[in-house]
Amino acid sequence: MRFIDPHIHMSARTTDDYERMAAAGIVALIEPAFWLGQPRTQVGSYIDYLSSLVGWERFRAAQFGIRHYCTIGLNSKEANNEALAEQVLEVLPRYLMKEGVVAVGEIGYDDQTPVEDKYYRAQLALAKEFGMLVQVHTPHRDKKSGTIKSMEVAMEMGVAPNSVVIDHNNEETVKDVLDRGFWAAFTIYPNTKMGNERMVEIARKYGSDHIFIDSSADWGVSDPLAVPKTARLMLDRGIAAKDVEAICYGNALKAFGQSGQMKEEHWLNPEPVDQRMLFEGNSVLRGQAPRVGEVPPVDQRSNEVVFK
Amino acid sequence: MTPLQLLDRWLKARLPADAGAWLETTAKALQSGSDRDFYIAISLVSRKIGKSDLALSPAELAQAAAARPGWDPRDWSLDQTARVYLLLAQGGDGPAFTRRLDQLCMTADIGELVAFYSGLPLYPDQPRHALRAAEGVRTNMKAVFQAVAHRNPYPSEQLPEDPWNQMVLKALFIGISLDPIVGLDERANPKLARILRDYAHERWSAGRPVSPELWRCVGPYATGEMLADLGRVLEKGTEPERAAAALALASSPDPAATGLLWAYPDLSVAVSDNKVSWRAIANFA
Repeated sequence: MRFIDPHIHMSARTTDDYERMAAAGIVALIEPAFWLGQPRTQVGSYIDYLSSLVGWERFRAAQFGIRHYCTIGLNSKEANNEALAEQVLEVLPRYLMKEGVVAVGEIGYDDQTPVEDKYYRAQLALAKEFGMLVQVHTPHRDKKSGTIKSMEVAMEMGVAPNSVVIDHNNEETVKDVLDRGFWAAFTIYPNTKMGNERMVEIARKYGSDHIFIDSSADWGVSDPLAVPKTARLMLDRGIAAKDVEAICYGNALKAFGQSGQMKEEHWLNPEPVDQRMLFEGNSVLRGQAPRVGEVPPVDQRSNEVVFK
Repeated sequence: MTPLQLLDRWLKARLPADAGAWLETTAKALQSGSDRDFYIAISLVSRKIGKSDLALSPAELAQAAAARPGWDPRDWSLDQTARVYLLLAQGGDGPAFTRRLDQLCMTADIGELVAFYSGLPLYPDQPRHALRAAEGVRTNMKAVFQAVAHRNPYPSEQLPEDPWNQMVLKALFIGISLDPIVGLDERANPKLARILRDYAHERWSAGRPVSPELWRCVGPYATGEMLADLGRVLEKGTEPERAAAALALASSPDPAATGLLWAYPDLSVAVSDNKVSWRAIANFA
């Protein structure tokens, strides 16, 4: 089985993670623009960060045979610094149309302040102007009402539910999200958000339509293999393979594939220029043999490396 | 024809109607557009035009070399071509061009960086971009490095000796071929020969292979101890390494080099009969 991790902050992860993810069958990932664990104070550090998402980090992923996509936006935490937020909003349009940018994200509410609301709306307007999808971060605190508010504001701004991914759902929010026609993503964290046992029950109850999972792994305690591990657990607990495939691969591709920037052929049958540019070379694997085209078949790898 | 006219013609001949129309409309609109419009249009190229190979014919490659000596866009893709086209058509000249190019590079993705660096030999006011080229050499992204180093006449024309030497050494360090570097033989220099010899010794000490292409830039300055190194390669090396050592010795001004080479009549004859070449060694390695 192949996997996509549609929300993972690789800038905070090591090459060991990339190796294990590739070995576990992760073929593509999406890195949402987020904060760095502490607030940025200059627009320059924002520019360099966003450039690394479309530059170095994409190259780094490719060295391990993983296709890297990203979402671009001003996160809700840093939206609270209004002087900075204004400058960031000014530069965002220069990134939105880059290759491999699949959505405006991750945006939404954190403390649910008026300033967060202002910049959430401003970025929904940008998504409309550029015809883009939206990836919404829902708050950790006062989650249910924050999630509902995110959706209501999106609809009020005239953004279609099918072009919005609502992330970090749980048992309390999933029904509201699906009933309104939005995509419902679940973050599988070892300690908080969703554990993978709970995810099995959600799959049992809600099926696989418009639902997918991610790791949101970053610099905190998190697991970059959350998607393949949860897939294994779902299979072991009797969830049908086609539903597991949809939740761990197909639906993320369907949702973000609407951008036209993420296609299955990118990893199944890449353009010659990508084969030259992205799937060869080894500047990360200094002194080791490059991985180029020599990875064992996915099924075999995922069984050997992750699940034994 | 100018390079800009050639880019225009090649794109027109290849782009499907909708992509071609987009490019034409955009180029026109940009004549009175803002910086913001310009940056967004450059990024939009990969979405509108795609990334297929440009795939120039031998006749078209000859046109390129006639329009701009040394220009060799055989590896270019369509999006790369269209980006350089828009940049040349709309970038302005002198300081305005540099300002826009700096802005573009600051927020560029990989494909854009490859385009901007491979376009270096076509930009107005050539000496102005030497720092940009040196910056490209410092990249950690191989495709971007190759855009500066391979089939690009700009570095040999404009880079001072130190950054030039860095570029050649780094190509070996990251495992890419030297042969596609334009001006490699013309820009050989004693300091580079010394640096490369040190690098070979470092590799030998670590038990790692040394690219046979390394000796190409050593040969013209090989005397004394360097000849001893080449003798060692001749004696113990693999076939491509021995061929490389023979070619390097043949290019050395030191009479002792000739003597060394004569000790291996088969290689000596192969060199004088042009049976071995640096290109063949590069392709073999």
